[in-house]
Amino acid sequence: MAATNEQLIDLLAERFGDKLTEVTQPYGVLTFSVTKNDILSVLSFLKENGKIDFNFLTDLTAVHYPDQNAIAVVYHLHSMINGIRVRVKVFLNEAHPSIETACGLWKSANWMERETFDFFGVKFENHPDLRRILNMDDLGVHPMLKQYPLEDPNRVDKKDEYFGR
Amino acid sequence: MNHNQPVYTDNDPQSELVTLNLGPTHPATHGVFQNVLKLDGERIVSGVSTIGYIHRAFEKIAEHRPFYQITPLTDRLNYCSSPINNMGWHMTVEKLLGIEIPKRVDYLRVVIMELSRIADHIICNTIIAQDTGATTTFLYLFQFREHIYEIFEEICGARLTTNIGRIGGLERDVNDIAFAKIEKFLKEFPVALKEFESLLNRNRIFIDRTKGVACVSQEMALSYGWTGPLLRSTGVDYDVRVSEPYSSYQDFDFEIPVGTSGDIYDRFLVRNEEMWQSVSIIRQALDKIKLEPKGVFHADVPAFYLPGKEDVYNNMEALIYHFKIVMGEIDAPKSEIYHAVEGGNGELGFYLISDGGRTPYRLHFRRPSFINYSMFAKMSEGMLLSDAIINMSSMNIIAGELDA
Repeated sequence: MAATNEQLIDLLAERFGDKLTEVTQPYGVLTFSVTKNDILSVLSFLKENGKIDFNFLTDLTAVHYPDQNAIAVVYHLHSMINGIRVRVKVFLNEAHPSIETACGLWKSANWMERETFDFFGVKFENHPDLRRILNMDDLGVHPMLKQYPLEDPNRVDKKDEYFGR
Repeated sequence: MNHNQPVYTDNDPQSELVTLNLGPTHPATHGVFQNVLKLDGERIVSGVSTIGYIHRAFEKIAEHRPFYQITPLTDRLNYCSSPINNMGWHMTVEKLLGIEIPKRVDYLRVVIMELSRIADHIICNTIIAQDTGATTTFLYLFQFREHIYEIFEEICGARLTTNIGRIGGLERDVNDIAFAKIEKFLKEFPVALKEFESLLNRNRIFIDRTKGVACVSQEMALSYGWTGPLLRSTGVDYDVRVSEPYSSYQDFDFEIPVGTSGDIYDRFLVRNEEMWQSVSIIRQALDKIKLEPKGVFHADVPAFYLPGKEDVYNNMEALIYHFKIVMGEIDAPKSEIYHAVEGGNGELGFYLISDGGRTPYRLHFRRPSFINYSMFAKMSEGMLLSDAIINMSSMNIIAGELDA
């Protein structure tokens, strides 16, 4: 049983070699990036390898980095048996963000991917039902992208600089 | 009696289906949910859940607010147990900033969190009873939720959306009246809970309505991302309080109740037993608080903990820190963190990315109601409409947490 991050890194390095980039451990959670071509094989390796057994998809979300022209899709996996978490990131081009769906591995990915699509416009390929989930269907924008301001831009009394932000 | 098996077939002569809009506002759904159901008689053939009716863009708002102003947003996630959300957020920020919390504060937080867990479970379990026709039990136990709110009122001044505590501790010490109220609650609540259980646990009507209804296997529950009492009712003993203890939960002696079949009856029993465990945790915590130095209610971190008003007016340093904290000019490290607490419905997670600025670069709430609810439409297929209603009650879906 792999119980520490170092053992996990060894296992992953053995299988995927240098496909793992930006390996860090902020606050004890192993974090690394892979490309979108490798993400499904990495996720299914993490899920199905009996030694590490990441059986649970805790969270799936995205982060927009406009200065890198990137949207990062972030997966949090949890191995309940080993009591260890791992964070996997995939950086996508913000112009055409698309990535393979994880619905085949975890059913919970269905709604979390719909939420990520709704707020960031990430297209999850082969998703069974990729529709907006929290916003209305004809919203037209993906509101969590950083270019959209919080307040109505037409209001003169609520400029961000008045509030120091 | 297996409700999950559809009875209709393709060559059924009575195959004309009825479409029913259950919600968005419907007295039986206890919240703003819409389900468009296709019915064959009283049996559900297929369903589509539509959510987002009270979406308030908390994640977007949080990107524009300093850390301490995000606490009131967390109140409005699962508003049946706001203090757990508040504490979860405070602990996330404290972990990010590396603040050590004194034991007494940890224990006080445990008392508050377990009280709100009881309040949350009271709501869910009494509403299962209410939806199966037992109004008496609903009214009987619900008054203890009121008593818990009175305790919160004494501790922080608010009842429902509490905004309880601060980053670095509590905003004020818990006074003697609050402790007296907690003691009174601990004396009266077990009696009522015992009676509640004796009214329902072996009640023939209640068992017929709930046992064997909406069974869920462990594999299904894990695949759909279930956590909390729902997951434990299927027999998986996963509880964040034990697997990743926060707020000194490792100092307490308690058990994680699990069910076997994941049906509504098991979920009900798991929640009831969790209330007993919570009562025991609160008793242990009160004993531990007596051993800790009196009057400690926050960590000694002036750079992050908002000082008292009399210090701000009379003390230069306090004034400076007050200004810096209110303007959000605290030194937060450039990092990312995921912190989870055991909420009333399951694993409530905060994924916070800080770029060192005054606001989070990105904050994502892992909301258990949202993830638990994704199975509902699929589960309902082949179920009787009346069973689907109590199934929804037993999942304890809170609209605020569902939609964020």
